[in-house]
Amino acid sequence: MLNTVYQLTAPRRIEVLVRDEALDATSLVVRPTHLSICNADQRYYQGTRGAHILAKKLPMALIHEAIGEVVLDPTGEFTPGTAVVMIPNLPSEKHPIIAENYLRSSKFRASSTDGFMQELVVTNHDRVVVLPEGIDKDVLAFTELVSVMTHVISRFDAIAHEERSKVGFWGDGNVGFIGSLLFKKTHPESEVYVFGRNADKLSDFTFADGTYLTSEIPDDLIVSHAFECAGGMGSESAIDQIIDHIQPEGTVALCGVTENPVPINTRMVLEKGLRLFGSSRSGRADYERTLELYQQYPSIPEYLKRIVGQVFDVRDVADMTAAFEADIQKRLGKTVMHWNK
Amino acid sequence: MNFAAILAGGKGTRMGNMDKPKQYLDLAGKPIIAYTVEKFLVMPEFEKVLVLCPEAWVQPTRDILEKAFGANDKLVVIQGGADRNGTVMNAVAYIEENYGVDDETVICTHDSVRPFVTYRIIKENLDAMASYDACDTVIPATDTIVVSEGGKEIDSIPERSKMYQGQTPQTFKVAKLKALQESLTQEEKQILTDACKISVLRGVPCALVEGETFNLKITYPSDLKMAQALLGMEA
Repeated sequence: MLNTVYQLTAPRRIEVLVRDEALDATSLVVRPTHLSICNADQRYYQGTRGAHILAKKLPMALIHEAIGEVVLDPTGEFTPGTAVVMIPNLPSEKHPIIAENYLRSSKFRASSTDGFMQELVVTNHDRVVVLPEGIDKDVLAFTELVSVMTHVISRFDAIAHEERSKVGFWGDGNVGFIGSLLFKKTHPESEVYVFGRNADKLSDFTFADGTYLTSEIPDDLIVSHAFECAGGMGSESAIDQIIDHIQPEGTVALCGVTENPVPINTRMVLEKGLRLFGSSRSGRADYERTLELYQQYPSIPEYLKRIVGQVFDVRDVADMTAAFEADIQKRLGKTVMHWNK
Repeated sequence: MNFAAILAGGKGTRMGNMDKPKQYLDLAGKPIIAYTVEKFLVMPEFEKVLVLCPEAWVQPTRDILEKAFGANDKLVVIQGGADRNGTVMNAVAYIEENYGVDDETVICTHDSVRPFVTYRIIKENLDAMASYDACDTVIPATDTIVVSEGGKEIDSIPERSKMYQGQTPQTFKVAKLKALQESLTQEEKQILTDACKISVLRGVPCALVEGETFNLKITYPSDLKMAQALLGMEA
């Protein structure tokens, strides 16, 4: 089947390619409907990844956060029109220990293969999860990002010791918002504190037990465990502060993506007996769990509406470019594209 | 109920020395018509995809499409008519005979040599039928259009922003299309080969659906090279 793919061919340049996609008796064809822009997409779009990385990865269609509707399912499992979230992780093997999202052999859309900026997505049944009804589609568009935080929290639950009276989130962006929200709703007994650099952003974390500017954290404020959600240039100082304000034997979840190598005060990590673990991708189980959480705690998707930023109706390449350019300027929130291309 | 009608009646007279109708030419390992038909086959909105071709090409077309898609009962290959109107009316007759026609019966007609039609274009054609009896797929004209009755001097140059280039699909309510065709005199039938034009002349509003610049009609050898380039092939 001929399929139109909108690839980034060079920074800030999106071009049309038509590809013949082989369909077989089990191929699932999904029409993307709502796409959400991630900072990882922006690093390709703006060309801030290293030149050698761009040379290796482009041309490539961007976007790994998307939902859509089933167009064709030859197996009959899904009826046409079924709303699904599409999973960007594409494993090619199963490992007894290593999860699908950490297998080095897995491909990932908009990283090692084309993302969801396509007319139609040809995928497999286990790479989609049916969406519940009644939830805002603009919120569902970034289910992938939420599922990563679901994944981080489930790993945290397995790793961190049980004294969780105070848990800190460093970062007042989308990752911090989603992570602290999910944690508060699923761990109501814990006090959740959010640390950030922007008072206006911190004021949006109304569900948290407390928020602090990173320049004004009281010396005696100690958290049991911490989530680093800053990323970028902020990773280093966030991790530094966490090490200062975390109890011994605490666990630190590293969630913020940065292009830079980050020096860590390992002396204090050793002295305090801290555990650091990292996560940036999720697997199918995390999508299922996220959608369960949306139904179990309807306030989660309600809160998430607050981080839906600008919404673009995308009918041509100029609209795609406009969405990416606007996303660069945003303070907080997710830029969503209604995909009508 | 929606039906697709893939119009494959062209004789291929404009493709240089190639004697095959152009929809049967190879593009990246498959005949052009197979790509075009597949786009409609995957859409659950269509009850049947009718392919209308010259009499001598009915059986070869069945063979070609069966090789591409296996036995597919959604696909019907039948003979077209002497001209475009005749071909469309053969599709209408087939629908009427086998399914009956009511006010909700829709036919989406498409050139077999436009393989790059997109899901959106087809969907918006069908969606237009909620409020229209006819629609046409167009793109804004990029060249200035010059009108000349005699072919020697310019009579007028219309404002370009109001000019569009017609593509396909063209979609119609079958009952309305049939009534329009039956209203034509023999003389009109000779001149009016475009069903959307007939709609407009008879006062039936015809909606515009936005096409794509790359929804090209493979007519000339240079179009085939453009198609290869779109597919990322060396042209």
